[in-house]
Amino acid sequence: MQELKENNVLQPAMPTSWNEETKPHKFCPGCGHGMILKVLGEVIDELGIKDKMVFGCDIGCSLLSWDFFALDTVQTHHGRTTPVITGMKRAKPEIVGVAYMGDGGGYAIGSQHLFNAAVRNEKITIILCNNCNYGMTGGQMAPTTLPGMKTETTPYGRDVEQTGYPTKGPEMVAAVAPEGAYVARGTVANLRQLKGYLKKALENQIAGNGISFVECLSGCPTNWRTNAKQTWEFIEKDMAQYFKVGELRTPQKKEG
Amino acid sequence: MAEVSLKGEQRVFMTGNEVVAWAAVAAKVDIMYGYPITPQNEIMHYWTRLAPKYGKKFLQTEDEISAGFTTLGGILTGRKAFTATAGPGNVLMQESAGMAEMMRIPVVYVIQQRGGPSTATVIYAQQETTLTAFGGNGEGHRIVYSTATHQELFDYTIKAFNSAWTYRFPTFLLGDGYQAKMREPLTIYDPEEKGMKLVPAEATVGDMAESGRSFRHLRNTYNTEDELYEVVMANQRDWDAMAPKVVEWEEKGCEDADVIIVSHGIVSRAALGAYNQLRAEGKKVGYFRPITIRPFPGEQLTKAMKGAKKLLVAESAYGQLLKMVQNGTYDNAIEIAPMLRPGVGITTEEIVQEYNKL
Ligand SMILES: Cc1ncc(C[n+]2csc(CCOP(=O)(O)OP(=O)(O)O)c2C)c(N)n1
Ligand code: SF4
Repeated sequence: MQELKENNVLQPAMPTSWNEETKPHKFCPGCGHGMILKVLGEVIDELGIKDKMVFGCDIGCSLLSWDFFALDTVQTHHGRTTPVITGMKRAKPEIVGVAYMGDGGGYAIGSQHLFNAAVRNEKITIILCNNCNYGMTGGQMAPTTLPGMKTETTPYGRDVEQTGYPTKGPEMVAAVAPEGAYVARGTVANLRQLKGYLKKALENQIAGNGISFVECLSGCPTNWRTNAKQTWEFIEKDMAQYFKVGELRTPQKKEG
Repeated sequence: MAEVSLKGEQRVFMTGNEVVAWAAVAAKVDIMYGYPITPQNEIMHYWTRLAPKYGKKFLQTEDEISAGFTTLGGILTGRKAFTATAGPGNVLMQESAGMAEMMRIPVVYVIQQRGGPSTATVIYAQQETTLTAFGGNGEGHRIVYSTATHQELFDYTIKAFNSAWTYRFPTFLLGDGYQAKMREPLTIYDPEEKGMKLVPAEATVGDMAESGRSFRHLRNTYNTEDELYEVVMANQRDWDAMAPKVVEWEEKGCEDADVIIVSHGIVSRAALGAYNQLRAEGKKVGYFRPITIRPFPGEQLTKAMKGAKKLLVAESAYGQLLKMVQNGTYDNAIEIAPMLRPGVGITTEEIVQEYNKL
């Protein structure tokens, strides 16, 4: 992945699926979105699917990826990326369709689409960035906000008596999707593992087995108002405690 | 459903919803996405019966928001796709229509209006006229055909796909529950056999046939207000240039008329009946019907009413057509007698009665 330049300085090589013209990307420094898309880019390169791919992104900070890749891209409104990619895949099964969204897009406004795409086992790949808040609109409570966590709309901490518990998306998708689904939760704190999950998620779609859903634990230092150390601590300790990282479903067998 | 084919011209007797399904086959549509709501259900029922015989596809989605957006997805990959709905479903579908306007996605929506709001009634209604013509957030950059007969349901469904793919604005076929459910005779045909050209579909994304293609980034987000302004104004210019080419209307006896009856869709059948009856009695009456309610034939109406003293505007809504008439003829003020009957049927006799009161 790296090449030696004349002056002996190692230059990081960009995935060829990346759109170099739009780099550096538009995410805040330390944001998890960039890391998720980096490993996704590597996976797209390794699978050599750039020319068959349609990448769909949502409203929320995921929209900042509308020109991130050097491949066909569609950006739609809040929560509607799943049906747009579903419609494409149904009309043209040869494409590899990815719907990329935040927890607001996937678990709040677009949850009916996620749930039903899972039930129908749509042959698409959904990648969801879980950063425990609504990033783009300025850090309000999201379905994934942790109990007691302070956000702009839970200034005294999330009260589960009033707002319920955080949504466990992969658990939900794993519970309702039929045979052939691939469901996992990765984290930007372990990019090698996350990359493996994303690769399996795309391979599962290409094999035509069923829906592939990967949630990625991610950081939003801007709205969390955290420094680097606090950001990583929150992702690795607080989030990982509530949201268990690992594979929940593989296409080979349906657990439970 | 009737066992017919599209070979040659066939005289058939069917419901409006069945007509739409056959017309979609005739227009060489690839896929329908839909969600059940009365009175459009049978479009899906007939389509799903025809689909396997003609190599077509169908997806029943979880709601109308999804039906709208999956339809957009299908179209972006280069397939001819459509959806159909009514009432509260039409409200939900406007979200996708707004995106289609801005992204110039050639989507076709069939709206079989019902009396709104919410559950209300499912038969006679024109209460979705404003919603369908102007939508939600956006400028109403769209084409809306308001049909009156089953022959028109067939002809204009085919035309709707052609207009959508030619001009790349969302295109609506506006019927209603009465047209959807009643049965009447019409002729169905294969448009290509008749020498009509079907505008081909083209892929915007995922076009693997085109090797070494440059990728496309479609977005709905703008960095600045000015950027959005430029896009909307470019669309407005295209829409303005298109309007005179797609605008359609029907008029009778306006040259020497004192009173012109203006109506659209199903109500214009009663209006035509009234016109014929009153003319037979020697009354100087005219008949004017916008076929496209968006773009509205305002100029044509203004011309038609030059010598007239009054317009009698009849509609099954409280002033939705009336507003379009006022807006379309604003520089030529004329007395308007409104006959506004939200969500109820309008008969020939009632229009004659109303005329006689003038
Ligand atoms: C229908 C609709 N409702 C609300 C919004 C406003 N909105 C834009 S982004 C956003 C939150 C996005 O949060 P999430 O999906 O978690 O993504 P993140 O920004 O955290 O990556 C909201 C509520 C919108 N654009 N559309
Ligand atoms: S606001 Fe948060 S999620 Fe959005 S780009 Fe910045 S750090 Fe990332």
